Amino acid sequence: MLRQGSLGQRVATAGALLASLMALPAISYMLTAGLRARYLIEWNLPFGSCELALDPLTLIFLIPIFLVFAAGSLYACGYWPASSKPASEPPLTFFYGLLAAAMAMVVVSRNGALLVMSWEVMALSGYFLMSAEHTDPEVGKAGLVYLVASHLGAASLLVLFSLLAGATGSFLFPAAGSLHVSSSLAAILFFAALLGFGSKAGIMPLHIWLPSAHANAPSHVSAILSGVMLKMGIYGILRVITFFPERPLWWGELLVVAGLVSALMGICIASAQKDIKRLLAYSSIENLGLITAGIGAALYGEATGSSRLAYLGMAGALFHILNHGMFKPLLFFGAGSVMHATGTREMDRMGGLSSRMPWSTLLSLAGAVAICGLPPFNGFASEFLLYLGFFGEARSSQPLLALGAPVLALVGGVAVISLVKLFGITFLGAPRSEGAAHSHESPASMLVPMGVLAGLSLVGGIFPQLFLSLVNPVVGALALGAPAGYAAPVRPIALTAAGAALPLLAGAIFLVLKRRELASPRATGPTWGCGYLAPAPRIQYTASSFGQLMGSLSTPLIRSRTSRGTVAGVAPVEASFRYQPEETLLGKVAMPALRGAATVSAFIRRLQHGEVQIYMLYIFATLFVLLLSVR
Amino acid sequence: MIDTIVHMVLVLAMPPLLIGVIAKTKALFAGRVGAPVLQPYYDLGRLMRKGVVISDTTSWVFKAGPVVTLAATLFAALLIPLGKHPAPVAFEGDMILFAYLFALGRFFTTAAALDTGSAFEGMGAAREVTFSCLAEPTIFFALITLTRLSGTMSLTPMLQSVTLTVWTGTGASLLLMLFGLFVVLLAENSRIPFDDPNTHLELTMIHEVMVLDHSGPYFGCILYGAALKLYLMGALFANIAIPFSGGDPYLDWLIFGLSMLALAVGVGVVESVMARLKLIRVPQLLVAAMILTAFSLVLVVR
Repeated sequence: MLRQGSLGQRVATAGALLASLMALPAISYMLTAGLRARYLIEWNLPFGSCELALDPLTLIFLIPIFLVFAAGSLYACGYWPASSKPASEPPLTFFYGLLAAAMAMVVVSRNGALLVMSWEVMALSGYFLMSAEHTDPEVGKAGLVYLVASHLGAASLLVLFSLLAGATGSFLFPAAGSLHVSSSLAAILFFAALLGFGSKAGIMPLHIWLPSAHANAPSHVSAILSGVMLKMGIYGILRVITFFPERPLWWGELLVVAGLVSALMGICIASAQKDIKRLLAYSSIENLGLITAGIGAALYGEATGSSRLAYLGMAGALFHILNHGMFKPLLFFGAGSVMHATGTREMDRMGGLSSRMPWSTLLSLAGAVAICGLPPFNGFASEFLLYLGFFGEARSSQPLLALGAPVLALVGGVAVISLVKLFGITFLGAPRSEGAAHSHESPASMLVPMGVLAGLSLVGGIFPQLFLSLVNPVVGALALGAPAGYAAPVRPIALTAAGAALPLLAGAIFLVLKRRELASPRATGPTWGCGYLAPAPRIQYTASSFGQLMGSLSTPLIRSRTSRGTVAGVAPVEASFRYQPEETLLGKVAMPALRGAATVSAFIRRLQHGEVQIYMLYIFATLFVLLLSVR
Repeated sequence: MIDTIVHMVLVLAMPPLLIGVIAKTKALFAGRVGAPVLQPYYDLGRLMRKGVVISDTTSWVFKAGPVVTLAATLFAALLIPLGKHPAPVAFEGDMILFAYLFALGRFFTTAAALDTGSAFEGMGAAREVTFSCLAEPTIFFALITLTRLSGTMSLTPMLQSVTLTVWTGTGASLLLMLFGLFVVLLAENSRIPFDDPNTHLELTMIHEVMVLDHSGPYFGCILYGAALKLYLMGALFANIAIPFSGGDPYLDWLIFGLSMLALAVGVGVVESVMARLKLIRVPQLLVAAMILTAFSLVLVVR
C-alpha cells in the first residue's frame, strides 16, 4: 500500500498509523475508566506555567484527530504520492503532521497563551496545506480569504484570553465552574468565544471562508479540515462555557437558533452546488450547525432545569462530532478518488463510475446514507438523540424548542436531495465525459481508509451503545444540568434491532427476487428512452438540473448565475452557455462589505511597504511607548 | 401473540386491496365497470412470474433500489399500531425511525432511478426528493402535536391516546392535523392532485417515471412497496380519525379494516373530482399543509 510513496512519506504514514494505534485504545480506555491526567512543563515564557491536561472533554476531541490523521496519511500515499507530485508532496506531508499535532496541542493545553499559539500553528499549517496547488489563481484566492478570516477569528481569541487573564490574573484556564464575573463581562467573553471559535466552526454567517477553502484543498486535506479542524471551534466554545458556574438562558437560545439556521441554510446551498467538494463543504456547515444546535439545546435544558434535554442535546452533539469525523472524511476521500480517476470536480461531467470503481462506489454510498442521517448508519443514531430532545420539549409549558424537530426534518429532507444528487450523478448512469468513461479504481491505500471509516459508521449505527459509552463520561464531566450517571432516556437496543433487521430483511428479499430472476427469461437492452431512438449521455439529468427544483425554492439563499451567447439565424454557429451557483449572502452582503473595508483600510496599507528597517522602527517605537506608559 | 399475527397478516396481505378499491371507486365515478377489486393481486402474481429486462447502463444499485425500499417499508410496518391494537415493536422515539425508514427508501428509489441514465427518470427523482422534503416537516408537526396531547413519544401510546374526549376537547386542532396528513398521504403516495399514476406522458409523472426501467419481480416489489406505504400512512391517518373503540378486540380489527377501506374510497373520490395540479403549484400546497399542521400545534399550546 505504501509502494508509491517516497521514503519520507512512508515513514510519516507509518508514524501516523502507529500513533493512532497507540492513542485510540488509550483514549477509549481513559474515557470509559474516567481517568484524568495533568502535566506541568517548564518554560520561560511570561504567560504563567505551561499546563497540559487530559480530561473527558479533551479526550473526546482527540478521537477524530487521531482517526482522520491516520486515515488521511494512508490515503495520501495513493492520492498524492511523491512519484507523481514530487514538488508538493514533501511540504504536504510535513504540514499534515504539523496540523494534527497542533490540533492535539489545542485540545490538551490549559493555558490561554499556549492555546492561541497552537491555534496559530494549526491555522497556518492549514493554509499551507490547502494552497498546495498555489499556482491556480482560485486556490490562491481561497487561501487568502481563509487567512484573513482565520486571523480575524484569532484576534477575537486574543481579546477573549486577555480579558480572561484580566479577570483571573493568569493565562491558566480557570477550573470548571470557578469563573465568577459580572454578567456583562460574561456576555462579552461569550461573544468573543463565539466569534473566535465560531468562525473556525463555520457557523453562519461566519462561514464565508469555508466552502472555497475546503473545495480547493487536496482531498485528504479537505477531509481533516472538514472532519476535524472545524470541531476545534466547537471544542473552544465548549471549553469556555465550562468556565462559568452558571450559564444564562439566552446563551442556549442563541446557539440553538444559530445552529438551526446554519444547518438549514448550509444544506439548502449545498443542494444547488455542482462542484462535488463544494457540496461537501456546505454540508459540513449543516453538520456543524446541528452540533451547535445540540449544545444550545443542552444549555437551554440546563437553564430551564430539564436534565433530559440537557443530556440528549449534549450527548447528541458529542456523538455527532464523532460521527461527522467519520463520514465526512469518508465522503471527501470518495470525492478525491473520483477526482483522481476523472480529473474534474464538476459533477456535471461525471457519471457511470460505478462499473469501473465498484469499491469506491459502495463506500461512498455508505458515507452518503450515513450523512443523511438514515438508518442503519451512525448519523441516524446521533440525530435520533437530538430529535428526542426536541420532541420532549413538546410536553413543557413553553414548547418553543419542539419546533426544532420539523426544522431537523426539513434539513434531513434537503440532505437527501443533496446526497442523492452527489452519489447518483457522480457514480451512476452513463459517463458524461471522456474522463469519466476512462476512470479507474483507486489503489488499496485509498480504499482501506475509506473502508475503515465506512465500517465505523455502520458500527456506530447498529451499536450506538459503543459510542455512547465514550460520550457519556464527557456529558457527565461537563455537568450541564445532566448529573454524572444520568440514565439516558433511550434504548439503543431498539436501534440495534432495527439496524440488524434492515440488512437481513433486504438480504431475504434479494434472495427471493434473485431466485425468481434466475427461474425466468432475462434480457438486457438500452435504457427505455420513452420512444426517443438516439439517446446520448449528454441528455441525462445533471447535478444542476437535479438541484434546480429545490434551488427555485431557495432563491433568497442561492442563485444560478447564467451567461449565454446569442443564437441567431437559420443555421446558428457555435454558441455557449455557462452557469455557476452563487451564494446570495456572499455576493450581495459579504463581498460588498469586504470591498468597503478594503477601501477604508487602503491608507493603513501605506504602513506596509516592505522596508524592513522601517518595520524595526515601528517595533522600537511601540516598545518605547509601552515602556513609557507602564512606568 | 394473536395481535402480532393478525397485525402481520393485515400488513402483508391487505395493502394491494386498497389500490384495488381506489381504482374501483374511480371507475364507478367515471361510469365504468372497472377492473376487479382484487386486480392488484393478480398483477403482482403475474409480475413475479415474468422475466426481467435490465438496461446495460445500470449497476447493482438499480436492483438494490426496490430491495432496500421494500425492506425499509416492511420494517416500518412493525412500528405502526393498527386501530386499538399496539404495534409489535414500540420504543421511545419509534416515530422518528418510522419517518426515516421512508426517507431511506426514497434515497434508494431515487438512486436506482438515476442509475438508468434516463433524463426522464432523473426528472422524476428530482421531483420526488424535493416534494418529499417539503412533506416531511408536516408529519413532524403532527407528531409534536400528538406528543403534546399524549405526553408520550412512541407511536402506539401516542395514537391510542386520541380518544373521543380528546376529540371533543381539541377537535379543531385535530381536524387541521388530519387535513395536513391527508395532503401528505396523497403527495407521498403519488395520488392526484400531486401525481397521476395513469398519465400517458412521462414528462409529467413523478413516481411512475422513476421506475420505468424496472420489470418483472423487481417491478412487483416496487408496486407492493408503494401499496404498503399507502397502507402505513393510511393507518397513521385512520388511527387519529377513528377515535373510538368497539370494546372487543375482534370488533376493533373489523373497525380498523373498514376504516382503511373507507379511506381508500375517500382517496378514490378525491382522485375522481379533482384535476391534477400544475407541477409548480405542488410545493405551494405542501407548504400550506405544513402551515396548517403548525396551526394545529399552536391550537393545542395556546
